[in-house]
Amino acid sequence: MNIENNALKTLTNGILKENPTFALVLGMCPTLATTTSAVNGMSMGLATLFVLVCSNVVISLLKNLIPDKVRIPAFIVVIATFVTMVQLVMQAYLPAIYEVLGLFIPLIVVNCIVLGRAEAFAAKNTVGLSALDGLGMGLGFTLSLTVIGAIRELLGSGAIFGLHIFPEYYAMLIFVLAPGAFIALAYLMAAVNKLQKKS
Amino acid sequence: MVYFLIFISAIFVNNIVLSQFLGICPFLGVSKKIDTALGMAAAVTFVLVLATVVTYLLQMLLVAWGLEFLQTILFILIIAALVQMIEIILKKISPSLYQALGVFLPLITTNCCILGVAILVANGTEKLPMGAEHNMLTGTLFALATAIGFGVALVLFAGLREQLALNKVPKAMQGTPIALLTAGLLAMAFMGFSGVV
Amino acid sequence: MEKLQSTFKNMVLSLVTISVVAAGALAGVYILTLNTINAQKTAKQKQAILAVLPEGATVSDAEKANGLTVYKAYIGDKWVGTAVETEENGFGGPQKIMVGFDAEGRIINYEVLEHQETPGLGDHIAEWFKNAAKPGQNIIGRKATGAFTVSKDGGDVDAITAATISSRAFLNAINKAYSAYTEGEVQAATGASQLSNDSTETAEVNIETEVAK
Repeated sequence: MNIENNALKTLTNGILKENPTFALVLGMCPTLATTTSAVNGMSMGLATLFVLVCSNVVISLLKNLIPDKVRIPAFIVVIATFVTMVQLVMQAYLPAIYEVLGLFIPLIVVNCIVLGRAEAFAAKNTVGLSALDGLGMGLGFTLSLTVIGAIRELLGSGAIFGLHIFPEYYAMLIFVLAPGAFIALAYLMAAVNKLQKKS
Repeated sequence: MVYFLIFISAIFVNNIVLSQFLGICPFLGVSKKIDTALGMAAAVTFVLVLATVVTYLLQMLLVAWGLEFLQTILFILIIAALVQMIEIILKKISPSLYQALGVFLPLITTNCCILGVAILVANGTEKLPMGAEHNMLTGTLFALATAIGFGVALVLFAGLREQLALNKVPKAMQGTPIALLTAGLLAMAFMGFSGVV
Repeated sequence: MEKLQSTFKNMVLSLVTISVVAAGALAGVYILTLNTINAQKTAKQKQAILAVLPEGATVSDAEKANGLTVYKAYIGDKWVGTAVETEENGFGGPQKIMVGFDAEGRIINYEVLEHQETPGLGDHIAEWFKNAAKPGQNIIGRKATGAFTVSKDGGDVDAITAATISSRAFLNAINKAYSAYTEGEVQAATGASQLSNDSTETAEVNIETEVAK
């Protein structure tokens, strides 16, 4: 019972209480850059989710074999390996999405969430819990990116997931462009802050 | 002329932070004071140019050996090693410079604008003005210009935040949201440059 | 299990082992995906070439003209057009375009292969210049002169709204393609007469090798 509770807590922790985007404010680069549409945001989130789970599992398996002083380079090698795998697999089977996300796929390596979770969680916990933590964090990240992407897409081009809600003519293009990314995220974060204060 | 345009393009039109979204973490993290912003900008310039040159040469080897798939893993290791080396060398040669930049150096490894620019230049997909050839010279100039652009954005933003600290901000907007909003307005101002190059 | 101590031997050993295993795993994934990635790329390339050339034409192997890659199309042994792969630095990065000219130098069609233009503005290059309902911006069917410019610069092609740089780069790429085309045209005329004996056969073989690649 206790173990189950613990597992559930680890999983939901990343989605709500410690949401990487809204609570921890980590991984801002992909959050701003790839959320021009809901689909793009979701793909970026899922790619990060995969890397997070895999690197968390491997690092928690290897945690006793890696001497403390070289743990950061070792973690980076493990993470970079999984990132390159995602890169190759996406290039082979999802070339259209790979082209849109472009540079930001290899840049998952320097996403602070991945290295942060490896250091703060996977290096201290069991394999199962680390996997759940990676899954929770990844889902939280995916969820935030999808929401931001959906809002920017709706305001900027009048559609959600490519489905047109109102004509593009009335949309505010600025939300798809760079300033819109900052502004949309700023107001979303303020809204989340407000809601959290109330509850 | 083309070399001049590379600078205008990378500093103002396609600013690395405000229109490419690279290096947002230090942009939000070390922009509370102009002094620290200047230190960070100097450190980034140093590492970015050096890393771009080294990874450009490395990429030529990788292509020659057909090992392009090791790009990400090798580049990040090279950058990490480079940062370490710079730290050690600075400590020996110029303790005063080390004092000024030392604290920022460890942060730079995970600054995505270093790896990002290195990959862009190595793959030949960096944003050059029309008519510019992609080669090592333009790549290096692009890296230098990008670093200056990063510095300009960071220092401007730090100035804005110093002023902002004196103002009253609604509770929910305090901290990151208001910083992001300011960055958004700054990005909008920089959009005015588009069309120049 | 005890945690390994940070001795020099342990540090080197664990880093080297991790790196070797990582490189091995990557090489494995690379080999597994290599064929699919290459097949994807050639399929896309081939589709673009066929889309910008007259229907039913057979396409010859890639040739170089003026530094660009050109593909010549024949119906029977008659040269009917050339597809040129061209590029230029756009607003957001390199634009790669496949454009086809017929034997008289008119633009048959174009396909944007790669671009990094702003979504919602510059990325309209993919459709903007082939809009038959707006003759001001349409370049399909126009006779290329090698000097297309946007109307803002005194030319006769309307630029994409709020994306003049992207449009300028696009037209520049087309102009480059045209100069490669005119250089190739001379070769094509002489090449066609040489080919006339067994040209259909060689052309057939050529397209098959394209597919096989």
